[in-house]
Amino acid sequence: MSRLAVPKTYKLYIGGKFPRSESGRTFEVTGRGGDFLANAAQASRKDARDAVRAARGALAGWAGATAYNRGQVLYRIAELMEGRRAQFIDEVAKSEGLNARAAAAQVDESIDRWVWYAGWADKYVQVAGNGNPVSGPFFNLSVPEPTGVVAIVAPQSPSLLGIVSVMAPALVSGNAVVVVASHTHPLAAISLAEVLATSDVPGGVVNILTGSPAEIAPWLASHSDVNALDLAGAGDLDWVDLQIAAADTLKRVLPPEHGEDAAAPSLDRIVAFTETKTVWHTKSMV
Amino acid sequence: MSFLDYAPAPESRAILHLRDQYGLFIDGEFIDGGGTPFSTISPANEEKLAVISTANESDIDRAVAAARRAYERVWSRMSGRDRGKYLFRIARLVQERSRELAVAESLDNGKPIKESRDVDVPLVGAWFFYYAGWADKLDHAGLGASPRALGVAAQVIPWNFPLLMLAWKIAPALAAGNTVVLKPAETTSLTALIFAEILQQADLPAGVVNIVTGAGETGRMLVNHPEVDKVAFTGSTAVGREIARSVAGTHKKVTLELGGKAANIVFDDAPIDQAIEGVVNGIFFNQGHVCCAGSRLLVQENVHDEFVDRLKTRLQTLRLGDPLDKNTDIGAINSAEQLQRIRELSDIGEAEGAERWSPECVIPDTGFWFAPTIFTNVSTSSRIARDEIFGPVLSVLTFRTPAEAIAKANNTPYGLSAGIWTDKGSRILAVADQLRAGVIWANTFNRFDPASPFGGYKESGYGREGGRHGLAAYLAPATRTATQVALPARKAKKVTAK
Repeated sequence: MSRLAVPKTYKLYIGGKFPRSESGRTFEVTGRGGDFLANAAQASRKDARDAVRAARGALAGWAGATAYNRGQVLYRIAELMEGRRAQFIDEVAKSEGLNARAAAAQVDESIDRWVWYAGWADKYVQVAGNGNPVSGPFFNLSVPEPTGVVAIVAPQSPSLLGIVSVMAPALVSGNAVVVVASHTHPLAAISLAEVLATSDVPGGVVNILTGSPAEIAPWLASHSDVNALDLAGAGDLDWVDLQIAAADTLKRVLPPEHGEDAAAPSLDRIVAFTETKTVWHTKSMV
Repeated sequence: MSFLDYAPAPESRAILHLRDQYGLFIDGEFIDGGGTPFSTISPANEEKLAVISTANESDIDRAVAAARRAYERVWSRMSGRDRGKYLFRIARLVQERSRELAVAESLDNGKPIKESRDVDVPLVGAWFFYYAGWADKLDHAGLGASPRALGVAAQVIPWNFPLLMLAWKIAPALAAGNTVVLKPAETTSLTALIFAEILQQADLPAGVVNIVTGAGETGRMLVNHPEVDKVAFTGSTAVGREIARSVAGTHKKVTLELGGKAANIVFDDAPIDQAIEGVVNGIFFNQGHVCCAGSRLLVQENVHDEFVDRLKTRLQTLRLGDPLDKNTDIGAINSAEQLQRIRELSDIGEAEGAERWSPECVIPDTGFWFAPTIFTNVSTSSRIARDEIFGPVLSVLTFRTPAEAIAKANNTPYGLSAGIWTDKGSRILAVADQLRAGVIWANTFNRFDPASPFGGYKESGYGREGGRHGLAAYLAPATRTATQVALPARKAKKVTAK
């Protein structure tokens, strides 16, 4: 006797919760053959603004956590993804039309990428910062700090590895992020959100929107409470306009990337969303 | 004659031999610009100092082409060691001609000679000396092995520290292997042109550094030139935004060092005498024409009255007048336009209910002057607590707890610098952690050093100048391939200033 499956409702991930779009809209997600997979929430301007607000609210706690703690939380994401490996492979395979082997390779690489970035949390400051031998009685130190709220347009594919590759480096230093997931393959991103929700990532640190990047990204690019914009997956959008909008509040912007090594793992990606703070401490007379 | 009255002690101008007229410095030579020339004046007495050329579009083309040629044929092929040697030469020539440069700077800019002589020009020499040593050590700059230069750098600098800003821009650019087209500010081109003579003395290959003079339009043409690979700008946030828009969609790498509205936080346990000196230095150094000026004093409520009284007493001893007088503390405002802005914002401060106070001081009859001014009873919403005044005007606010001080200090779209005054080391560390600013001075203020990175958070811009971090603005990792960052083919849009 065959059992009737219980399909999942795919929703947004904002402030640690899974709301539907406030607009009530959904869009149909299909497999490569056009077969129906799910109805995903189609995020609106209001959802984007709610996500920015949630990110801003969560920023102080995440940025203020110890580097060791952030590293452990990011590693925990890898642990929980490993446990759901089969589910991710299934979703990636169905959505992107990959064979099981290619889907497994993508999922494994995604998990390993979290592990790689997790290890950076308590090291990147040592590599990107330094003491400065200034002329005078001062202890002078430069250290990187998270930029703040980072809005990200994730690559359209690979759907899971793409979103992990842009999300993880921004989180390492303590930024809070709002990510617009792959439009055509959003399912793995929402399953990733379920992993994040149970990985001790504080609610609001990661917010994931599904829907049309062309519709949502302009609101994020022009939002005054967003500090930086990663256009890694925005190559097919009118991204120059996004960069122009970002200039109004002088957001830090990373341009679109294409090809095999788009958003490849790098220390640069971590440092791109940090600010260097230099403190001059006066030495007393002895 | 009270003990405060000093006999005049003017620095001699004899060391300075200005020409009547200066051309553009392109491809190693001075040439006449195609635009309408303009006069540069001394803001202290409106005396005409020299006639300066204006670069038009074809001059900019010529300068960028010269820089490109020099980059491809000479500078990018030269060893780091030799590039470094040129920079060391320049550092030494600046040191040798330091008094002359200081006199020119004070004449043209209006800043006191004691500042140009003891701060600006020594730092210029130090900046070239520091980056000279990096030229053959770029593998250790933090970008991996064999980082590459970007190409031609367009650099636009402000009038507040004319020669120092030139050094901040040119020294790291050349050390990293780039060539340069630099535009000094319209009101303060002189020292950049004297610097061009120094480059001739150093025998720097033609075209490696080109200096084009003119107003905002000249700068705009330079920044928007399609053959430019890097844009470095120091100036107002409004122009910074315009530049950020105009480079959108291009391959140009950008660093922006923009405005600020720094909080100088004085806790009740601070060493008060030192704090008074630091606050005075923070806002009255260089007539307050400093992007990182401590223009908001946040003083703990229980010491506010005493602190302000002592601050006023101290201000009464500041001497305002002839920038070339060695005793002068406050020089001239750089331009009539800037004076007008300072007056307007100060009037708004009064209209919004703040209490205005200035020491008695004699204002010279000619030139542009503004007495040191402090506003008390300033609310956080007041324009003088929010807008960058860029003049000798201090807004005093109060706080009760460290948390309130931090919240008020961060309550600004800017994030360039901040000051903390307290005797408690652990509090300095905790407060410095919370301040969203790129440079923080603890029990000191307005310190600069070539080894120390400088630059802002938020709308104070991005990128760092100084130190190892300053090199990253002019280098790219060797591994980052051009195809990885996909650019729309010449899709960059024309953006007009808003």
